[in-house]
Amino acid sequence: MATIGATRRTEPGAVRRPMATTGFWSWFTTVDHKKIGIMYGVTAIAFFLIGGIEALLIRLQLAQPDGTVLNANQYDQIFTMHGITMIFLFVMPMAAAFFNYLIPLMIGARDVAFPRLNAFSYWAFVLGGLFLYSSFFLGGAPNGGWFGYAPNSTTDPQIGMSFYALGLLITGIASTAGAVNLGVTVINMRAPGMSLFRTPVFVWMGLVVQFLLVFALPIITVGLFQLLFDRRWGTNFFNVDAGGDPILWQHMFWLFGHPEVYVLILPAFGIISEILPVFSRKPLFGYQFVVFSGIAIGFIGFGVWAHHMFAAGLGPVANTAFGVSTAIIAVPTGVKIFNWMGTMYKGDIHFTVPMLHAIGAVMMFVVGGLSGVTHAIVPSDYQQTDTYYVVAHFHYVIFGGGVFAFFGGLYYWWPKIFARRLGEGVGKLQFWLMAIGFNLTFGPQHILGLDGMIRRTFTYPESLGLGFWNLVSTVGAFLIALSVLIFLVNAIRSFRQPKGLANEDPWDARTIEWMTASPPPAHNFDEIPQVHALDEFWHRKYVEDERTGRLVPAQAGAADHTDEGPGAGHAIHLPSPSFWPLVAAAGLPILGYGVLYSWWVLGAGALVLLVGVFGWAIEPSVAEEG
Amino acid sequence: MADVAAPAEHETTTGLPSTKLAMWLFLSSECLLFGALISTYVLYRGRSEVGPYPDEIFDIPYTSVSSFVLLASSLTMVLALSSAQRGDPGRMRLWLLATAMLGLTFVGGQVYEFTLFHEEGLTLSTNLFGTTFFVLTGFHGVHVTVGVLMLLGLVSMSWVDRLPGDGSFPVEMVGLYWHFVDIVWIVIFTVIYLIPTPRPGGA
Amino acid sequence: MSAPETDVDASAAHTTAHGGHPSAKEYIRIGVILAVLTALEVTASYLDVSKAVLIPTLLGLAFVKFVLVVMWFMHLKFDDRRYARFFVMGLAGAATLYLIVLILFRVFQA
Repeated sequence: MATIGATRRTEPGAVRRPMATTGFWSWFTTVDHKKIGIMYGVTAIAFFLIGGIEALLIRLQLAQPDGTVLNANQYDQIFTMHGITMIFLFVMPMAAAFFNYLIPLMIGARDVAFPRLNAFSYWAFVLGGLFLYSSFFLGGAPNGGWFGYAPNSTTDPQIGMSFYALGLLITGIASTAGAVNLGVTVINMRAPGMSLFRTPVFVWMGLVVQFLLVFALPIITVGLFQLLFDRRWGTNFFNVDAGGDPILWQHMFWLFGHPEVYVLILPAFGIISEILPVFSRKPLFGYQFVVFSGIAIGFIGFGVWAHHMFAAGLGPVANTAFGVSTAIIAVPTGVKIFNWMGTMYKGDIHFTVPMLHAIGAVMMFVVGGLSGVTHAIVPSDYQQTDTYYVVAHFHYVIFGGGVFAFFGGLYYWWPKIFARRLGEGVGKLQFWLMAIGFNLTFGPQHILGLDGMIRRTFTYPESLGLGFWNLVSTVGAFLIALSVLIFLVNAIRSFRQPKGLANEDPWDARTIEWMTASPPPAHNFDEIPQVHALDEFWHRKYVEDERTGRLVPAQAGAADHTDEGPGAGHAIHLPSPSFWPLVAAAGLPILGYGVLYSWWVLGAGALVLLVGVFGWAIEPSVAEEG
Repeated sequence: MADVAAPAEHETTTGLPSTKLAMWLFLSSECLLFGALISTYVLYRGRSEVGPYPDEIFDIPYTSVSSFVLLASSLTMVLALSSAQRGDPGRMRLWLLATAMLGLTFVGGQVYEFTLFHEEGLTLSTNLFGTTFFVLTGFHGVHVTVGVLMLLGLVSMSWVDRLPGDGSFPVEMVGLYWHFVDIVWIVIFTVIYLIPTPRPGGA
Repeated sequence: MSAPETDVDASAAHTTAHGGHPSAKEYIRIGVILAVLTALEVTASYLDVSKAVLIPTLLGLAFVKFVLVVMWFMHLKFDDRRYARFFVMGLAGAATLYLIVLILFRVFQA
């Protein structure tokens, strides 16, 4: 981080650089990946609760035939926002929370490659989310589904789908910046000795996710602009009267949308891959297979998108090709499942709360994966598409697989981040309640789907006989809500504990983030560790006894750990706080409102963005001393 | 960019500067952005149900001049980098300004071109051609404009001696962006302007 | 500063010997080539030839220009290969995916 070498310094001078790293306002100017990670996590959980309330409204409306809780228009807004919230404002930011907090620690770095860009990503995400939700008060929320199919989305007279396009453009910018940032971080900032194949699986999955985002987000960006322009300025991208083809939207959307689902699940796969070995007290089985299968999933994931369009009329050749590619992608996924099972096989299993969540996630992902395989078979999918069978499938993989893994990760890394433990007993209660509630909610939806219940519709008639399982599903949803409440109680209670862990390695873990204090100091490691192996921390603690082959504690100082990275002996220069990322991010929603309402506001937004970026550019990343 | 120096290479895992890796990753993603816009144009080529049509609206000689201008700007850009690397910031600023001027000329030329098209009845909403053409070239034009702003930013920062080292690293980074915008235009000029568009129904 | 005209070969050797920075003269030569190729393209577009000849010609000329700018002006020819790998990922990915989409829309069928 070179500073300006010139002697003739001309400080802009007008506004002073924030320097505080503690206190309330420091959160607005922080560039510390750990604080940014915490902010992502807190915000994501807040949106999870909102999305959960939306889910409860949906389940209340559908609990009985001819429900009257929500009318059709309200239902459309609620189910659309439920999808948008859970995918873009909960799962993705929650993954960002884990990546941001943990990746630098797991690779022995002091921060990410571009700390201010990191802050910018967070603020753009929050402001994008708020922008989306402001639609409820400005004429109606998006109501065309999270998938926004044209021409419904382009011709709907309510303003909501314009908020959809603009809001997702803003969050998309946040994610793209974050993807470049984290991708370069993993590639370029690993500790000495940490080759790619000594890098934790969680970090590998993170790397694949960033590449998926970098290549998929531009596609939806174009699609959203096309949608926005059709709505706002009368273009003809999806206008059938002018010769436009709404199927183009589906391609643009799913070219992004399919890699997106791997963006949603790979972080969870990473978390599972860290938790299972620790609580089986065995290394991950087939590390290289797990890594390569992750890469394969990412790559093949770009080749299956039209399996969301089997009923769109692409024709038998296209459908067959995509059916085959979709079947193929089940293989690397299955490889992971077998590797996880292999990890646990003959392991010394400890059923801690993180472990329960991880095992539960694997099991429920398998259920969701199996229903996914049935979707891959085109004639079978003709029966299932647009029914609740699909709703069951994706909730099993994203919630059953993804969200359970997230909760496992929270329980696992909570001591590291907050220097407190979440209650084990309460945690087990939460897990079982969530597991029962979840399966009660979504299990019956397989049946409902095969019985013909159509999705994305605000009610169903009595005569279809769908009432019983819908009621069961609603009861399950409220059980989930109860379990989430219990988690919140657990979380809040943990902060009543005094800060500080009795044991800084409470799980007897394997990876190097556990080698530093909890919570880590601002500079992460006093000395950057020299890495000699995968599971470096484990190998520093235990060696294999030559005679018995069993693990015994390593002698203190037995191995020569010269934890002197190239930075040794140099003063640690951490990047300084800055408010420019927040300023620049603030320009984005203003631009959004400008598109909707006024050229003057648009100009103001552009100005704010420009000023923010310019101030950022001329400011050194490390403030000068004195 | 104030701290975008030729960074301490030995501190990164690959030995390569993070900013340069990031820029190439970003340009890689931009391929998908412009690819989508160009593909949409190609998809809808020849399908406009009403005119004006490309063959009656395009002024190839005019746009050719524009293309020469943008190509020239890539040359001046690389000469700016060369000057920076040779430790001649004055020359560097001159070439950067030249690049910016050429870029502005290009954008100005486009604005004029669009105004003419507009007067001849081609708008965003007229037909598929207007929609796909204006959105694609508009996106490109915005990218050029952002590039011009970055170039002017470099010139002013160099002027007050706030570029680190010889300034070659930030100039190289902006240069990569600028050349990318140029190669997008190479594709656009050929695919949209030069390759003839059939009228609906063939011919 | 620039090498004398007669030392064009020497300057090329200079380029490779010193880690691959083409000289200003070389850059100008590339610039001239680009201009000539563009002129050829424009001329070709006016010729009365069949589309089966014209389109590959135009695309071919554009491709050469593309490569020249990427390899020389963007310095990929002389830089670490990893940058090129990143760029090609996006380029090849875009070409493949959008080609498939256009095929699905039957754009290339008569």
